[in-house]
Amino acid sequence: MTDTGFAALTDTGFAALIDLAAGALVLAAVLIVWRRDLGSIIRLLAWQGAALAAIPLIRGVHEGDAALILIGVAIAVLRTILLPWLLARALGAEHRGLRDATPLVNTTASLLIAALLTMTAFAVTRPVVDLDPGPATAAVPAAFAVVLIALFTMATRRHAISQAAGFLMLDNGIAAAAFLLTAGVPLIVELGASLDVLFAVIVIGVLTGRMRSKFGGADLDALHELRD
Amino acid sequence: MTLLLIAPMLASLCAAIVTLALGWRRITAATSVLAALTILGCGIALGFRVGSAPHVLAAGLLRADALSVVMLIVIGAVGTLSTIAGIGYIETELDHGHTDPAGARLYGTLTPTFLAAMVLAVSANNIGVIWVAIEATTVITAFLVGHRRTRTALEATWKYVIICSVGIAMAFLGTILLYYAAQHVSQDPGHALDLDVLTAIASRLDGGVTRLAGGLLLIGYGAKVGLVPFHTWLADAHSQSPAPVAALESGVLLAVAFSVLLRIKPIIDAAVGTGFLRWGLLIVGLATVGVAAMLLTVTRDLKRMLAYSSMENMGLIAIAAAAGTKLAIAALLLHVVAHGLGKTVLFLTSGLLEAAHNSTAIADITGVVVRSRLTGGCFAIGVMVLLGLPPFAMFASELSISRALADARLAWALGIVLLLIVIAFAAVVRNSVSILLGEPLPGSPAIPVPATIAVALLVGVAASFALGVTAGPLAALLRSAAAQLGLPQ
Repeated sequence: MTDTGFAALTDTGFAALIDLAAGALVLAAVLIVWRRDLGSIIRLLAWQGAALAAIPLIRGVHEGDAALILIGVAIAVLRTILLPWLLARALGAEHRGLRDATPLVNTTASLLIAALLTMTAFAVTRPVVDLDPGPATAAVPAAFAVVLIALFTMATRRHAISQAAGFLMLDNGIAAAAFLLTAGVPLIVELGASLDVLFAVIVIGVLTGRMRSKFGGADLDALHELRD
Repeated sequence: MTLLLIAPMLASLCAAIVTLALGWRRITAATSVLAALTILGCGIALGFRVGSAPHVLAAGLLRADALSVVMLIVIGAVGTLSTIAGIGYIETELDHGHTDPAGARLYGTLTPTFLAAMVLAVSANNIGVIWVAIEATTVITAFLVGHRRTRTALEATWKYVIICSVGIAMAFLGTILLYYAAQHVSQDPGHALDLDVLTAIASRLDGGVTRLAGGLLLIGYGAKVGLVPFHTWLADAHSQSPAPVAALESGVLLAVAFSVLLRIKPIIDAAVGTGFLRWGLLIVGLATVGVAAMLLTVTRDLKRMLAYSSMENMGLIAIAAAAGTKLAIAALLLHVVAHGLGKTVLFLTSGLLEAAHNSTAIADITGVVVRSRLTGGCFAIGVMVLLGLPPFAMFASELSISRALADARLAWALGIVLLLIVIAFAAVVRNSVSILLGEPLPGSPAIPVPATIAVALLVGVAASFALGVTAGPLAALLRSAAAQLGLPQ
């Protein structure tokens, strides 16, 4: 397959493009931490999905792997169009331009913590990068940074839609790690995992709708009846 | 043997499709019972054929070994009781106006689908597919937890979906790291997620990467088991679920998620030494038993009490897995079977009490023994099973776990755990005595027992007694599972 004309990417170009995609992933994550307007959070998520889909596409072109390119296209459709659309639809019933209630940690502190988490990601992934050094594995800390920032977002945001966005960001980070480390998991696992995420987002959308009709909003502070 | 693994999944999916197409009727509900019986039957049939070595089937996709057989039997047994009782449960809910035909159809469709996902989780050979099946259980049960559509049910569903999805996502990251480490040393990178391939190359996996993977897998599957720190969803979800579903979640699903950890542990142990996961399991196990014991003393709700007791038992199982000897593995699997049956009896009776009182507050439910001999008797026996009193099997399993801990030089952990179990024991006894023997409140309602639930309860009680008297052929299965998964002495 390598001599079919796909292998147009030089090694330096490949490394630069992978770094660019990984950088875009982290940038989108940091911007999501910064913004509180739910509409723009969903748009940023779609951009992050595009950066994620770029990784298998770049790898596919570089390695002349047509299957990987197809997976990249499928990921692009799922993560930049379908999932953000589902979230936007769940948000749609509320007024556009709705902002998340004040997060538990203010924006400046959140951005500082995001920076710290990115550094942590580099420290944690040392053994991973050392095992098989290369341009793709070198970008793995970025994927872990997105995972950690997503966890932080989910822990501090108080609106159902921002938690759902945090969950999708987490998934983007994990999928990025998969494509950077192993050129994707086996197809059956990739398919199953994508379906699971799709259904999870649909469930979250339905729950948000029910929450709105029961509680008159999707603010999670209303969820405090069950406790001991 | 492949057929015996595929038939349970097909039967369950057929039952789901039939109910989806025809709506909830006694006859469609009976297909779910048939599906659960198929799981049990195939599990038993496999038990006679599986022997002591694992079998990899269907081009490496499926796996039959002693552990998967034990889990199939638990899924089938509890599934049968739960689907039989489900008929009476849904009919009562329809009578009381808590649900409508559409809700009943949803219940009848999702329950067998849930069973199919659990069967896949215990019989898949690829740890990626196992992950997909476990995450699928979360998605499938979401609308079962929130079946009543009340505010509290919605709150419980939200926490359940978000916390379990995030937790299990960590396990996926761990799976990817393990795949990466395995690809590095495997001649057959395409199958590097298969359990048999991973086991064969385990000792050559990179230590640093595998340690990271193992930690993530422990936290991730731990979330589905209800282990600290991602345990906060458990009591909410299990207390809000319909009683027959709560029985499946508490009695089986937690154990199914734990069985994945049991499968992964030997691989991680071979790569990084036994100390890493032993300490991880000990810490989360002790913390879980501790948190559960404390919450058991303060909870004022019957179903939440049962849920915290499940947490306590899962913590105990995690500690037994930390010891990891053959005796510990056999004992914890017996514990899983006995706990599954006992918890089912208790959740089904709590469902009857909930329907009668329209409440699960312990203060509202008193004097059950004098008001309904069947309900009170089954509840009392269920509590005795749970407390580990002889002649029930949890007496034997807890004794064996204690011995295994002492053998593994973990007497200090045994000491802490026994103290916590005594606290939990006292709390459960206090609440149960008030429920069973307290002075009935004036105007206490009658406790109607639908025939299907009565059948499920009596069979559950009989099975608990039988398991306590003799494990029978199950003993051989437990021994081969222990031989495959346990540490060499």
